[in-house]
Amino acid sequence: MEDLIFNLFIFVLASFIGFELISKVPPTLHTPLMSGANAISGITLIGALIISGATGGAFSHWIGFAAIVFATINVVGGFMVTDRMLEMFKKKEDDQ
Amino acid sequence: MSQFLPETIQSFLPNVIQLIYLVATGFFIVGIRRLGSPATARSGNQLASIGMLIGVAVTLFDQEIVSFEFIVAGVVIGAAIGAFAAKKVQMTAMPEMVAVFNGFGGGASALVAWGELARLNPTMFDTQSLITTGLSILIGSITFTGSFIAFGKLKGFIGGGRIALPGQNIINLVLTAVALFLVGWFTIDPANQVIFWSLFGLALFIGILTVLPIGGADMPVVISLLNSYSGIAASMAGFVLGNNLLIISGALVGAAGLILTNIMCKAMNRTLPNVLFGAFGGGEEGPAAIGDSDKTVQQTFADDVAIQCAYAKKVVIAPGYGLAVAQAQHVLKEVANLLENKGVEIKYAIHPVAGRMPGHMNVLLAEADVPYDQLYDMEEINPEFASTDVVLIIGANDVVNPAAKTSPGSPIYGMPILDVDDADRTIIFKRSLSPGYAGIDNALFYSDKNQMFFGDAKKSLQELATAIKELD
Repeated sequence: MEDLIFNLFIFVLASFIGFELISKVPPTLHTPLMSGANAISGITLIGALIISGATGGAFSHWIGFAAIVFATINVVGGFMVTDRMLEMFKKKEDDQ
Repeated sequence: MSQFLPETIQSFLPNVIQLIYLVATGFFIVGIRRLGSPATARSGNQLASIGMLIGVAVTLFDQEIVSFEFIVAGVVIGAAIGAFAAKKVQMTAMPEMVAVFNGFGGGASALVAWGELARLNPTMFDTQSLITTGLSILIGSITFTGSFIAFGKLKGFIGGGRIALPGQNIINLVLTAVALFLVGWFTIDPANQVIFWSLFGLALFIGILTVLPIGGADMPVVISLLNSYSGIAASMAGFVLGNNLLIISGALVGAAGLILTNIMCKAMNRTLPNVLFGAFGGGEEGPAAIGDSDKTVQQTFADDVAIQCAYAKKVVIAPGYGLAVAQAQHVLKEVANLLENKGVEIKYAIHPVAGRMPGHMNVLLAEADVPYDQLYDMEEINPEFASTDVVLIIGANDVVNPAAKTSPGSPIYGMPILDVDDADRTIIFKRSLSPGYAGIDNALFYSDKNQMFFGDAKKSLQELATAIKELD
């Protein structure tokens, strides 16, 4: 149970950092922010790597494999599409 | 890959991995911070992706990982699909894309929890791991099916309107309570397959059932919320694995999703419970509620609009989603350029729900090379309408409807709107007098300061561009 409490502290403190960081983002960037944050939630990929690469039955490897595919779609797709959007944001000087 | 390292390093490895995770966390936090300004946003996203790369790369050195066939195959397949989708997607389809990616992320978190359970003997888990495994499966599965239903609704595969059983809200509430009860039971009796599968199946079912009744127009709120869930699911998976990087990153995303959900609700003058359980926001087209036929509108044409704009000092453009549907952003930009060459000051007024998700319209205009420093948020632009000569309202309706300020009985009453009626002249580009998705008549149409320019947005703007050129 001590682990749970400790992890809860980390979770809650990180949430506060998240609120602080994100409440400052101007509305112009909300869509890229959402897709970028979405890509970060693909961090679960790291868990998937452990499940599919660690010792365990073939069954857990297949579950891990599916998790890797899902999470990688989320990560790679999310970061790339965010980059594609942000690439288009230009200031007036660059425009002319 | 740890076996390739010298033994001395191997003994420190778990701590080294944790420290590098801390570095990756730093990349995420700085990355999100830099996403806060248009000038640094791109580098912020790149920093976050580097953080991800670092986290993934160092995990491969985890001593628990002994085989790589599945890892390589999975990453290659996932990356190919993700990259292809990211390259091909239309900017108008961004909400659908985010929904799908989000669904995969949530699904992955549920699978990670399930995989950990399948890999080890469930009776070896301590209580905290079991609670979080249950929660990870619950939240991840809801995100998975919920996101795909949201995708289907946005795409129009599933009816955009409300599909609801009688007493739907009570059913959903009861099912959620049952699911939480099953998480508790699973914690006590983790080896019981019936409980495990009931929990999994019920969670998938709840995702479908809770999103299905929500109207298509409210989907962006749902997507923000599901985005938040997918973060929390990743965080829960982190609790299961005892991995701080997952816990922190997941919490950051969870917070981001909640804030965006809140912003979106405020912009639509709704509360979250009202979106999730409410009755408003049905179909794309409301009932044709055009009231008294004795009200008259002034109609105008391209030549006249061209003259009014060309001799104005300041023109504000208020775009709505109709502009994007007509794919008219590029022509709009051409019109704006022509006017700027005549010395007219151009600004864009962006309502928070102008697009299909917060900030969507900004992306759509950025795609047409509209510089971001010409885009103004509602709060910034509203005081400026009084000094504006002409407002061009293109493909927008409800977000400029004065009923939001004047008629307490109206469903949009209280919604913050663009105060376009403060300007000397408004010109509405519209196909017809039909009301917007809220199905509410718009008094602005009949204002004596307003003129209607009927027709398809793209065609009208092309005519306008030609007319401005002919003025020379």
